[in-house]
Amino acid sequence: MKESAFTQALLDPDLAVPTGLIDAEGRPAGRRFSVYRNNVAGSLIEALEQGFPVLQKLLGETYFKALAGAFLRQHPPKSRLMMFYGAEMPNFLADFPPLANLPYLPDVARLEFALREAYHAADAAPIAAETLAALAPERFMAARLHLAPALRWVASKYPVWSIWQANTSGGAAPQMRPESALVLRPGFDAVPHLLPPQGADVIAALHAGTTVGQALEQAGENFDITALLGLLIQGGAITGLDEDCG
Amino acid sequence: MFDSAAQHLPARPGVGYKPQHFKDILENPAPVEWLEIHAENYMGDGGRPLAQLRHLAERFAISVHGVGLSIGGEGGLDEGHLARLKHLCDWLKPASFSEHLAWSSHDDTFLNDLLPLPYTAATVARVADHIDRVQEVLGRRMLLENPSSYLAFQDADLAEVEFLREVATRTGCGLLLDVNNVYVSATNLDFDAEAYLADFPVELVGEVHLGGHFADMDDHGAPLLIDSHGCEVVDPVWQLYAGLIGRAGPLPTLIEWDNDVPDWPVLAAEAARAARILVPAA
Repeated sequence: MKESAFTQALLDPDLAVPTGLIDAEGRPAGRRFSVYRNNVAGSLIEALEQGFPVLQKLLGETYFKALAGAFLRQHPPKSRLMMFYGAEMPNFLADFPPLANLPYLPDVARLEFALREAYHAADAAPIAAETLAALAPERFMAARLHLAPALRWVASKYPVWSIWQANTSGGAAPQMRPESALVLRPGFDAVPHLLPPQGADVIAALHAGTTVGQALEQAGENFDITALLGLLIQGGAITGLDEDCG
Repeated sequence: MFDSAAQHLPARPGVGYKPQHFKDILENPAPVEWLEIHAENYMGDGGRPLAQLRHLAERFAISVHGVGLSIGGEGGLDEGHLARLKHLCDWLKPASFSEHLAWSSHDDTFLNDLLPLPYTAATVARVADHIDRVQEVLGRRMLLENPSSYLAFQDADLAEVEFLREVATRTGCGLLLDVNNVYVSATNLDFDAEAYLADFPVELVGEVHLGGHFADMDDHGAPLLIDSHGCEVVDPVWQLYAGLIGRAGPLPTLIEWDNDVPDWPVLAAEAARAARILVPAA
């Protein structure tokens, strides 16, 4: 047996069943081989259904199954960790012409994948809120924050957070506007929060290791840093800070 | 670090752990005395899965069951994955580690299924080399599980029991005997399940699996059983199991139910059925 021929035939139902595979009477295996084909496709489709429940809801079960079938043939897993299968889904959707009229889908997929990554990210104890509160403002502005390993964010031209919310807990119908979502995991449940405008830029800067002051410069004068800090503290997302000494 | 509950699996019923049963298991585990996890589901960096596992391991013996190592693969083992397994086993100190006689990846593509191997001398050598490497890296003896088969290979020349015995002899590994897999394969490939079990080296068996399957048909209308782990164990499999335990004595016995997972009482009732067979044998 050659694994390569077996693998190709598993992933492409249009290919013939590989030779040398037989039943108990020596006849060609025929649909016995389909058991493996069905197991592979079925298990991967199920992993995608579990990983992208909001996409599935938006597209409907039947459509999503067909989409997942097309996806898995183009992007079979490269990792043995099925919990992270589907990382290519956002780009796959962006290049999938039949869904070009739903341009927000890639960002919804990004958010769902970010939630999964956050769920499995390393644990990290947050810094005490009092430690932050005790810091003089100028020292805080000069500090660099350590953000929790579970923190993720998705910046979108579309109302990605409202779409997620409306399809999980029945929030209000999304209004067409750009939205960015911040994923935090204070305990074991990853939750997306709506970021204020420019919030994603501030988070990206903080994550890249700029000082709080530098991150705020990018956001402009009207940016509400207090609200964002409140979100980060409540979400257990600040795990430490470095004060610049030079 | 923390103290794991046990260094070996008790010769009692266990179940495949499902997160939805976490509370039930802690509050009302009887007759379940140990738990099995799929290694790959606990290879994230943190969060609820590892926290739950740590909690359970303080009370129950844990069996780590790999489903993605591709021990039968043509290429070398995925050393990165093996390192993740070692990391998990070093942290958890499970009572047992087992994997499948199967392949599941080719080059860098992971197929997420247990795929069949031709039983030949060349395959014995390859599987034995891979098991040597696994046991060397993990620093422990592993158990190798017999597969469910849906087809055969024209160029195979060894019987499955012969193949398993030869691999165990070369590597010193133990065996995980899945009685449902024996029944499924025997039906699909038209051999005698009783004879298979009579020939099986029971002294090497460190664990038994029992699970459900469903019935389909092949192109010629012959029965084709599919190992689904999605329902109760069927009576003929219970009979084979009772015969095995009667001959071999009590063995750690797992109820596998991975799809359409039922509420805890249904799963516990399956484990109780195994317990009733295990007790008279003790």
